[in-house]
Amino acid sequence: MKTVKLSSERLGVSNKQPSGKIKMSARDVKVFYGESEALHGIDMDIYENEVIAFIGPSGCGKSTFLRCLNRMNDTIDVAKVTGQVLLDEQDIYDPSLDVVQLRARVGMVFQKPNPFPKSIYENIAYGPRLHGLVETRREMDEVVESSLRRAGLWEEVKDRLDAPGTGLSGGQQQRLCIARAIAVSPEVILMDEPCSALDPIATSIIEELIDELKGSYTLVIVTHNMQQAARVSDKTAFFHLGNLIELNKTDEIFTNPQDKKTEDYITGRFG
Amino acid sequence: MKISTVNPQDKTALAQQRDLMQQRVAQSLAKRHAKEKRFKLTGQLAVGTALAFVAILFISIFSKGLPAFWQATLTLDIYFDPDIILIDEKPVQAAGESDATFQERYQAWQMDLAFINFNGLILNALAEVIPEAAAHPRDAMRLVTSGERIALRNLVEEDPSIIGSRKRLNLLADANVDVWIKGNIDRDLADSRQQLSARTRGWVDQLVEQGVIKNRFSTALFMNADSRSSLASAGLAGAFMGSLMMMLIVMFLAVPLGVASAIYLEEFAPKNKLTDLIEVNINNLAAVPSIVFGLLGASVFILWFKLPLSAPVVGGLVLSLMTLPTVIIATRSTLKAIPPSIRSAALGIGASKVQSVFHHVLPLAIPGILTGSILGIAQALGETAPLLLIGMSSFVASVPSSPFDQSTALPVQIYLWQGNELRNFFEARTSAAIIVLLTMMISLNALAIWLRRHFENRW
Repeated sequence: MKTVKLSSERLGVSNKQPSGKIKMSARDVKVFYGESEALHGIDMDIYENEVIAFIGPSGCGKSTFLRCLNRMNDTIDVAKVTGQVLLDEQDIYDPSLDVVQLRARVGMVFQKPNPFPKSIYENIAYGPRLHGLVETRREMDEVVESSLRRAGLWEEVKDRLDAPGTGLSGGQQQRLCIARAIAVSPEVILMDEPCSALDPIATSIIEELIDELKGSYTLVIVTHNMQQAARVSDKTAFFHLGNLIELNKTDEIFTNPQDKKTEDYITGRFG
Repeated sequence: MKISTVNPQDKTALAQQRDLMQQRVAQSLAKRHAKEKRFKLTGQLAVGTALAFVAILFISIFSKGLPAFWQATLTLDIYFDPDIILIDEKPVQAAGESDATFQERYQAWQMDLAFINFNGLILNALAEVIPEAAAHPRDAMRLVTSGERIALRNLVEEDPSIIGSRKRLNLLADANVDVWIKGNIDRDLADSRQQLSARTRGWVDQLVEQGVIKNRFSTALFMNADSRSSLASAGLAGAFMGSLMMMLIVMFLAVPLGVASAIYLEEFAPKNKLTDLIEVNINNLAAVPSIVFGLLGASVFILWFKLPLSAPVVGGLVLSLMTLPTVIIATRSTLKAIPPSIRSAALGIGASKVQSVFHHVLPLAIPGILTGSILGIAQALGETAPLLLIGMSSFVASVPSSPFDQSTALPVQIYLWQGNELRNFFEARTSAAIIVLLTMMISLNALAIWLRRHFENRW
């Protein structure tokens, strides 16, 4: 199969981020589920404080690659990851690195809103308590409030912090999950199709939220919705059949795709 | 007319065609409805039949067993006659006396007490209500169950100052008196086939009329251990305590072990050939006949570990082994049912595997684990076969005070009583024991349901 492998040099040239610092980089990342190879060697650089969207048809490996970035693939018994993933030039697959610490730095928001079946307050407080980030109840209250504020949920839930998080609407639950991820002050937030289970209004609220978070966090978003990628991301990566076909600035990808497959996909000819 | 042969241009034919199809749908609809109705009816019939059988079971047990909770009792004025109770003062430990010498003196006193004719006291009291009783002591003593003289002796031993006083006491009537009053024996049978002599029977009827014999609530059933010499005082206390001790052992052994194994196997163990083998074997163990566990217990715990025969500790261990697979399987299936998104959420925020299990998965699994464990315990409570093989079916006339004492268990007591020769009396007693066992079972199940409801609210 003919694929276009993008060298890191080329990606570096095309990047015009203010900081320009590489936050995460992947080199020749392959993922095997048992015998079958799901990702065929991905090279990618993710720059600090940029929003990067992964698009591609179902089964193209975009979620699999996303899960390599905080080692969530470790939880799947049959999954095996090879290659190198660096976070601030540190290999995250290094045995000496504690995966707990990694996941505190690289947070994750899942496809289906998955708040803990506990109170709204406890949902947010769990992470900071786990990592010992706060010492007093007042500090905790502050963390909870600021996280909920950043996620744009504070006004809606401030009077019922003791209510179960599972009692919120789908969109609110997803914002609660984002607030939960923010509460441990991660550097990178991975979002795996965060809006696929939400209605258009809730989706637009989440998209606004992503816009708000832009600049403070490095955001990686997997999405099926190309308009969403176009709306929220600085850069877009197109995956197909386990390969990274094209990675470029979002404007470029959508107006002037370099690869035929990318063009076919974004114009709706397949996928 | 066939459906496919119509010309689509032919409007009338098309209309006819449509009518025909409608008819066919209507026909098939009637058939489908009839089929559904039949299926529904069969289901209702099955449920109805099952309920009817349950009703028959309960009606039969309760109609037989409930009367046994009230037992024929004589209310007599017992005079603790100092002329009959000829005994020294109850020994008191003197200052400076060693325990051993005091024990010796006390035992000698007890021995003297044992030789006193307490039946004489009962006979005298009976003679006050039936004047002829004194002349026919043999017939008279058939009125009161033989265990009651022990009760009188215990009263004296406890408080010797009672000697010389009169006391109104409720004494259990003999089992045969109870049978006669409740009509559990044919009153028209010839004397040779009656359990009581004609004279005694006459007295019983007379005393019932006088109000001396009444059916009173039987505390003996709950307070006494089994008895063969004084059948009317046979009770469930020994069996109940035996069962209770075994259940405690199961609760504190099988439940934590089972839950811990299930958590490890489900959440932490690597999935490989070895764990597959373990899983298959656990499932197989759940299907092993319970009597096999009894054999295992007999050979391992009794012959090898030299634990005592007929002891609740062995019964508890055997029942724990039997309950383990049930608890493990129930816990694993509960853990499997916890949505993986909860685990991902915890891991994604930086919880370790252990933290994600103990902070999030386990609290959600608690209702299921509790239900599974309690049902396992209830199953163990009703188990009889393995206990027969470790000697718990032997007759034990005392209430066990430790798990190493000899004891029997509730289901085994039911088995023993239903085999008793005095069927007229023990049929009701057995049903009463079944009611006690069923009550315990239903309470356990109700507890399981309540706990599930209680913890489920947290979702």
